[in-house]
Amino acid sequence: MQYLKETPSQTAGPYVHIGLAPKAAGFDIFEQELGWDIAGPNAKGERIRVEGCVYDGTGAPIKDVMLEAWQANTDGHYAHPEDGRGVEDGFRGWGRVITDFETGLWGFDTVKPGATPGRNGTTQAPHINLWIVARGINVGLNTRLYFDDCDNSTDPVLNLVEQVHRRQTLIATRTEDSKGVTYRFDVHIQGKGETVFLDI
Amino acid sequence: MKPAEYYMRDRTRHAPGLTKDYKTSVPRSPQYALLSLENSLSEITGPTFSQNDIDALDNDLIKNYAHGGDPIGERIIVHGRVLDENGRPVPNTLVEVWQANAGGRYRHKKDTYLAPIDPNFGGCGRTMTDEDGYYFFRTVKPGAYPWRNWVNNWRPAHIHVSIFGVAFAQRLITQLYFEGDPLIKTCPIVQTVPDADAIDQMVAKLDLNATIPLDSIAYRFDIVLRGRRSTMFENRLEGN
Repeated sequence: MQYLKETPSQTAGPYVHIGLAPKAAGFDIFEQELGWDIAGPNAKGERIRVEGCVYDGTGAPIKDVMLEAWQANTDGHYAHPEDGRGVEDGFRGWGRVITDFETGLWGFDTVKPGATPGRNGTTQAPHINLWIVARGINVGLNTRLYFDDCDNSTDPVLNLVEQVHRRQTLIATRTEDSKGVTYRFDVHIQGKGETVFLDI
Repeated sequence: MKPAEYYMRDRTRHAPGLTKDYKTSVPRSPQYALLSLENSLSEITGPTFSQNDIDALDNDLIKNYAHGGDPIGERIIVHGRVLDENGRPVPNTLVEVWQANAGGRYRHKKDTYLAPIDPNFGGCGRTMTDEDGYYFFRTVKPGAYPWRNWVNNWRPAHIHVSIFGVAFAQRLITQLYFEGDPLIKTCPIVQTVPDADAIDQMVAKLDLNATIPLDSIAYRFDIVLRGRRSTMFENRLEGN
């Protein structure tokens, strides 16, 4: 059988913002930048903010990273024809965020997703799928963000992580204050506390 | 159609995480192996886009940031198809590009290379593939530029390309190089890819038939995203 082969990945480089978030690069070109509104105005469910930092192997924050998020709505439905169960009008489930150039902090506003169907009749605990690219990352890194106030004990993906203590690297920590609910999710690319990355 | 898994990503044709000649990868590559997952609904779905998300001029980098004139540089057309590994077109998918100007300078507040900014060139564009997976951009050929790695490294002329496909598992960012560029073989970023055929897949080919005579030269760049199984056999992706 003759199949084609996937085009190789290359690093997004330090100037990823020009193409994918030009306002951050310092100029205004497109009528609408994509990926800043994940849930839309009509989404049901709990409004949350997700924040974090991506650290390199020396422990320094990576300040030129871009993350993309892909998630289900509060009912656990994806905005995609192959899910087909439907989402609120304007719910996209996809977001794109870059870090602050000075601090490396990133954050996005969304709604907390619901549980989604897993393989073979299992149920996946609520999670946000993340994809991380930056200078120095040759192939974009996939991971998942789970929530510390959900029951993650039967999640089929978390349970695949052989070293039980490493499952914690995929779980975001909830805090609440007058501004609302924030989940903190730090990513460690390498070394102590290294995040579990996925080959999806 | 029943949902079906994507073929395993062939990691032997992609760069490993740690590629010591590309120094920045050293502290930015995981030490532990990736955890390989069989696809669930979370991976076989992904964001969808439509023409409403973009504007008609977004794929014309000669005009989309023009301030009273055209950008300096060699006028080129980049065109091709987005296909999957089964050779089927990937229609209606978003393709985004970004690049340096003809002098090798990016319009970015962090780029300090001494080549000048071009007042008429932004350096980014986007388009949707059509029903046959076809896409095209018009732009100027980017220049080579030096970068800090070893003392004297130059990036070959390149355009960054971002493609979505229809599933989060197909998400890809790559770089397009130009046929005949002697810097390709000495670039530590290109050479992170361990397979010569795979590198050749990132090299756009001069396409004289697609040039516009007396106007623009053309390069052909087909992009291949991961393919997926047929659904001939029940694969129990969604259970029971």
